[in-house]
Amino acid sequence: MIEFNNVVKSYEQGNKALNGVSMQIEDGEFCFLIGPSGSGKSTIIKLITGELKPTSGTVHVNGYSLERIRKREIPYLRRTVGVVFQDYRLIDKMTVYENVAFAMRVVGAREKEIKDRVPYVLELVGLESKMNRHPHEMSGGEQQRLAIARALVNNPSTIIADEPTGNLDPERSFEIMALLQEINNLGTTMLVVTHDQNLVELFNKRVISINEGLVVSDGTEEEQTDEAE
Amino acid sequence: MKLNNLGYLLKEGFRGIFLHGFMSFAAVCVTVACLVIVGSFSALAYNLDEMVQELNQTSEILVYIDADLSDAEARSIGTKINLLDNVLQATFVSREEALQDFVADHDGDSAFSGVQASDLRHRYVVTLEDNTKMKETDALLKQLPGVAKTNAAYELAEGFTTIQNVLHMVSAAVIVVLLIVSLLIISNTVKLAMYDRKDEIAIMKMVGATNGFIRLPFVVEGFTLGMMGAILAFGLEWVGYDALIQKIAAVDALQLFNFVPFQELLIPMVIVFAAAGMFVGIVGSWTSIRKFMNV
Repeated sequence: MIEFNNVVKSYEQGNKALNGVSMQIEDGEFCFLIGPSGSGKSTIIKLITGELKPTSGTVHVNGYSLERIRKREIPYLRRTVGVVFQDYRLIDKMTVYENVAFAMRVVGAREKEIKDRVPYVLELVGLESKMNRHPHEMSGGEQQRLAIARALVNNPSTIIADEPTGNLDPERSFEIMALLQEINNLGTTMLVVTHDQNLVELFNKRVISINEGLVVSDGTEEEQTDEAE
Repeated sequence: MKLNNLGYLLKEGFRGIFLHGFMSFAAVCVTVACLVIVGSFSALAYNLDEMVQELNQTSEILVYIDADLSDAEARSIGTKINLLDNVLQATFVSREEALQDFVADHDGDSAFSGVQASDLRHRYVVTLEDNTKMKETDALLKQLPGVAKTNAAYELAEGFTTIQNVLHMVSAAVIVVLLIVSLLIISNTVKLAMYDRKDEIAIMKMVGATNGFIRLPFVVEGFTLGMMGAILAFGLEWVGYDALIQKIAAVDALQLFNFVPFQELLIPMVIVFAAAGMFVGIVGSWTSIRKFMNV
């Protein structure tokens, strides 16, 4: 579960990124986080992954209290939160298999576990036939699938996808979103940060809209439309 | 950290060495050069200590007795000498004994064939408790009635002690400077390896690798570079030292310099080289890692 209570985040330069954000995302939920550039979306992601600490207010993520988390606990928090980036952040010199295995290896998984789990996850994202390819030999959509596989492989309870379709055409974007929904159906909490209004409308999920560091609306597209009417 | 990851972490550490072969080579070379210089200074300081100690043990003051004194009067001065501070022992050497020694020292030399016992003086060979006070004891001996002259090599002993002290200070300074140089070079090599893998490190942090897990390959890399440097430097030091003392022995007919064999330095050298190699390797890599960990 992700829970923000009246969270304020000010940077050293003095500018406030969040002005009192409160929201709660339940386990197993699928949720979009939308808002214009500079609205505070990236700050929310950084707070969830323990890169930043709130200036005031409380942040709870999967049992960890971020306002008082110890440095040595942060790796264990991150194992519960998989992150998918718009620019994929894959290691080009490694194969598809190695990219995913690497994520398991660095958290101390045994080789046998790696050999069992990696093919399963690659099959889930539809890359089982491309295990020996390198990322630069693959399309953008495939690279994003690989990034999702890597985020998923350590079995996190939450996945945050930061603009996962930003570099993809509409068809590939839809495929990626369908894949994220499939993973959500398996029980993983999904927070998708996006600009893509079409996708948000198409999937009719809960949407948290943020602007100038504040939550300005929260609910499904239909609910928000009803409210507006 | 789980034991099953150890193999992977060690492999990654060794991979880093070959990934930046030239920088690794440079780091090992600099470490070798620094350790050989450090080792040479230490060996020189050790040998000088030994020589000074030996000189102190063998140094003595020769006290010549006034030629006008009778045998009995000359022998009685020994009691007064033995009562002086810092005198360990005063051994009487009569004119006749001194002549025998002289003849033995200049055996077959016709130029000295006419020397008689009466040409020489009775004397005492005085050994001291503390040779650093040789000058003061010599002054006391000169004041004794019946003492004509003394012969003390305290300038030589003092000279050696001064050289010894200077060398100790220079060695300490050189050791500190060269360790810092080795440390910086290894640190930069590891920094380069880290910079090359900064994306991997960011991903490792992102998926929840602990700092210890991320650090270990780089520490292994630094440690290996440091130890490689130490082992090579030790071998070079050994070969170079043996060659040098053989050369010196060949030209030093008077045996003025008595160097200890390398075997005597073996254990302290192994300890110092291994400790220095480990220190520069681990500290050098550890310090370069810190700034990359704040991802």
